[in-house]
Amino acid sequence: MSSNAAIPDEDGPLYVSAKKVYPQRVKGRFRRIKWALLAFCLGIYYFLPFVRWDRGPALPDQAVLVDFERRRFYFFFIELWPQEVYYLTGLLILAAIVLFLMNAIAGRIWCGYLCPQTVWTDLFFAVERLIEGDRRDRIKLDAEGWSASKIGLKAAKHFVWLMIAWWTGGAWVLYFSDAPTLVKDLATFQAPFSAYLWIGILTATTYVFAGHMREQVCLYMCPWPRIQAALTDSDALNVTYKFDRGEPRASVKQAAQLKAAGQPAGDCVECKQCIAVCPTGIDIREGTQLGCIQCGLCIDACDDVMGKLGRPTGLIGYDTVKAVEARACGTSPPALRLVRPRTVLYAAIIAFVGGAMLYQLATRAFLNLAVVHERTPLFTTLKDGSIRNAYTLRIANKRSEERPIAITLDAPMGTTWEVAGAQQTADWRPIVIVPPDSTLDVRLFVTMPQPQARGPSQMIQIKAADLSFGENATVKDNFFAP
Amino acid sequence: MTNPNHTAHEPDFDAVTGQSTTGHSWDGIRELNTPLPRWWLWTFYITILWSIGYWLVYPAWPLISSHTTGLFGYSSRAAVALEVQALEQRRDQQAAGLKTASLEEIKASPELLRVALARGKASFAENCVGCHGQGGTGAPSYPNLTDDDWVWGGGLKDIQATIQNGIRWTQNADTRMGEMLAFGRQGMLKKDEIEQVVDFVRSLAKLEPAKGANLAAGKALYETNCASCHGEAGKGNREVGAPDLTDAIWLYGSSREAMIESVHNGRAGIMPAWASRLDPVTIKALTVYVHSLGGGQ
Repeated sequence: MSSNAAIPDEDGPLYVSAKKVYPQRVKGRFRRIKWALLAFCLGIYYFLPFVRWDRGPALPDQAVLVDFERRRFYFFFIELWPQEVYYLTGLLILAAIVLFLMNAIAGRIWCGYLCPQTVWTDLFFAVERLIEGDRRDRIKLDAEGWSASKIGLKAAKHFVWLMIAWWTGGAWVLYFSDAPTLVKDLATFQAPFSAYLWIGILTATTYVFAGHMREQVCLYMCPWPRIQAALTDSDALNVTYKFDRGEPRASVKQAAQLKAAGQPAGDCVECKQCIAVCPTGIDIREGTQLGCIQCGLCIDACDDVMGKLGRPTGLIGYDTVKAVEARACGTSPPALRLVRPRTVLYAAIIAFVGGAMLYQLATRAFLNLAVVHERTPLFTTLKDGSIRNAYTLRIANKRSEERPIAITLDAPMGTTWEVAGAQQTADWRPIVIVPPDSTLDVRLFVTMPQPQARGPSQMIQIKAADLSFGENATVKDNFFAP
Repeated sequence: MTNPNHTAHEPDFDAVTGQSTTGHSWDGIRELNTPLPRWWLWTFYITILWSIGYWLVYPAWPLISSHTTGLFGYSSRAAVALEVQALEQRRDQQAAGLKTASLEEIKASPELLRVALARGKASFAENCVGCHGQGGTGAPSYPNLTDDDWVWGGGLKDIQATIQNGIRWTQNADTRMGEMLAFGRQGMLKKDEIEQVVDFVRSLAKLEPAKGANLAAGKALYETNCASCHGEAGKGNREVGAPDLTDAIWLYGSSREAMIESVHNGRAGIMPAWASRLDPVTIKALTVYVHSLGGGQ
C-alpha cells in the first residue's frame, strides 16, 4: 500500500493517469526562504538583460549577451570568442561538482529551492491558490460540474499562467539581442521571426511544464533524482521524518491513553499536513524517496502542528540517516560530519577547476595568430632560382581598438618575406592593421635563396607583434624546398 | 480450429481497465480488447483532417497528363529557382562595385578585394584548374601562375588581356601571337647545330652544357636565329611571348633533350580567349585572383 499520490502503486496497472496534486498553503521558515529565493532567481532572470556594461563604442553595451550574429558571448567584463567555448565545459564540470557537494552536505538543495522547474511551479501554484483558493476549495472546484463561476476562475488562472509563461519566453530572447531595442521591435512587430518563434516555444514549455506537468517533470523526466539516490550517504543532511520520535503514531487522545497504560506513543498525530502541503504529493514519513524534492515545506507544516499541540518542533527536519538510526536504537546520535572525504574531495575539485578557469581567463591572449601553409603549391621556384613558400596568416585582435601588427620571421640569414597588401618598413617588417575585435586573413610570402642546401624542410617561426601593447604571438611552421 | 479454452459465449471483463475482453483465452493468457487511448485516437483523426488540407494546398493527385497544382501553385522546383534567383541577385549586388572599379582600385580596397578574390577563386576552380592546376601551380607546358616568370607579362592589365583574348586563339582578333619556329623540322638548323645552340642557351641559364660543347659556334647560331625574339642576352620579349632563357624556370622542361625538342619542333601552347565565355566582372575577379597568387607584378 502506498499513500503516495503522485507515484502509481507498484502492484497496480502500468498505465494510469496521474493523480492531481493539490498542495495546501503553508507558512514558516522554509516557505519564507523559498519566497526569497524565488524572487531573487526570477529577478535575475527577468531583469539581467537590461543591465548595461560599457565596452567602448565598437561593442554592444549589454552586460550579458549571446551575440550569434557576430559570434561573441559577453558577460560583464568577459568577452568570449567561439574558439573559447571550452570555458563552458569548465562551467558544466563546475556545476556538476557543486551539485554533488550540495547533495553531500544537505541533500537536494538544488531541487527544492533553485531548480527552474521548482521555482516556476511554485509561482504557478501561488497563482492557482490566489485565484481558485486553497487545497479544499480546489479539490471541490475540480469535482463539481462546469458553471459560469468555475469557467471564470479557470480562465483567469490559465490567463495569468500564460502571461507569466509569455514573459518568461520574452525574457529569454532578450539575452540574444540588445534588450531595449528588441523590446521596442517586438512591441511594434518589427522583430525577426525567430524572436517570436522562440517566445512561442518558451511560452509553451513554461506553461506546460510549470502549469500542467509540475511534479511529473521531477518524477519521470529528470535524471537527477536517480543520480542523487546513488550519490547520497548516511552522513548527508536530508529532509527527514524522525521516526524514532514519531512512531508509533497516535492521535492526541489515543497517545494520552497509551501513555497512561504505560505503552509507547510517538509524537506523530497522523494529521497528514505534511502530505497536504507537499508539491509532489508524497508522504515524507515513508522515508527519503525519489519523489521528495526536499523543499522543506513539510517541515513548516509539521512545526506548525507541533507548536499548536505544545510539543517540540522538528519532528520533520534536516537530519542524517545515522542520527535517526542511532536515536532509534537508544544511543546518542553521532556529531554531524560535514567535513568528510567526500565533501573534501568535491571542494578540492571545485577549487581546482575554478582556479584553472580563472587562471586561464586572467592570462589569455588578446592577440592570436594561426598559420596555414599553402598546399598548392607547397613551394614555388622563382626566376633567380630561389624558393618561395606561401602562408595564410589569421590574426585575431581581441581588443576593442584597431592595432598595427608587425610580422617578423625567425628564419635563416638571407630569408626575405612580404605580406600581400601590407606596408613594408625598411627593416623587413610588414605592418598590417587589424580592425578592433575581429580577425584578419593575410598572405605571407617567404623567400629563401638556396634552401635546398639545408634539406627539403626546415622550421621557421612566424611572429605577430603588437608594438604598442607589447603583445606577441608566435607560430612554428615548415618551409619546404624541392 | 477448436480450442478447449475458447469461451466466447461468456462475457469477460478485464479487472484493471473494466473493459470487456475478446473472450479468447489460450493457456490462461487472455486476449484483451482495450480500446486505444482517446488522445491517440484524436491525434490520428486530426492527422487525417490535416492530410485533406495538405491535398488542397500542395500538389498531390496525379491526373492523366499532369497533376493537381494546389491552391497556391506551389512547386519545389519553382522554390529552388526563386532561391537561386535571390542568390544571384545578392551576388550581383556584391559584384556591383567590381563592375565600375578599375583593377588598381579593386586591389586597393579591402572590401572589393575580398569579393574579387572569392569570386576569382571560385571561377578559377571552375575554368582554369584543368590546365593550370589547383592553386595555379601549372604543369609542364602549362605555366605556373604563382611564380615571378611571365611569358606575356604579369601586371594586372597584362593578365586581364591574356584571360580575355587568349594565346594563339585565332578566333579572337586581339589574341596574343608569337611563334617559336620548328628550326629542325623546317630544315633551318641541322641536328648538330641545334645541339650547339642548345648548349649555348644552357650556359646562359647556368645549366650544365654537354662536355666539350662548342659554345662559340652555338653563340653565333643563337645570334642569327634566336636573338631577334629572345634578345641578345636571352632575356626574352613579352611582346611576342618569347620566354626569358636565363632564369631558372623552364615551361617545357630544362633537360637537354626537352630543349633540343623545343628547337627542333618549335612550341606553340594555346590558351582559349575567355571574353566570349565569361562576363567582364568575372574576368576582372579572375585577374585579381591570379595576380594575388604570388607572382603579380
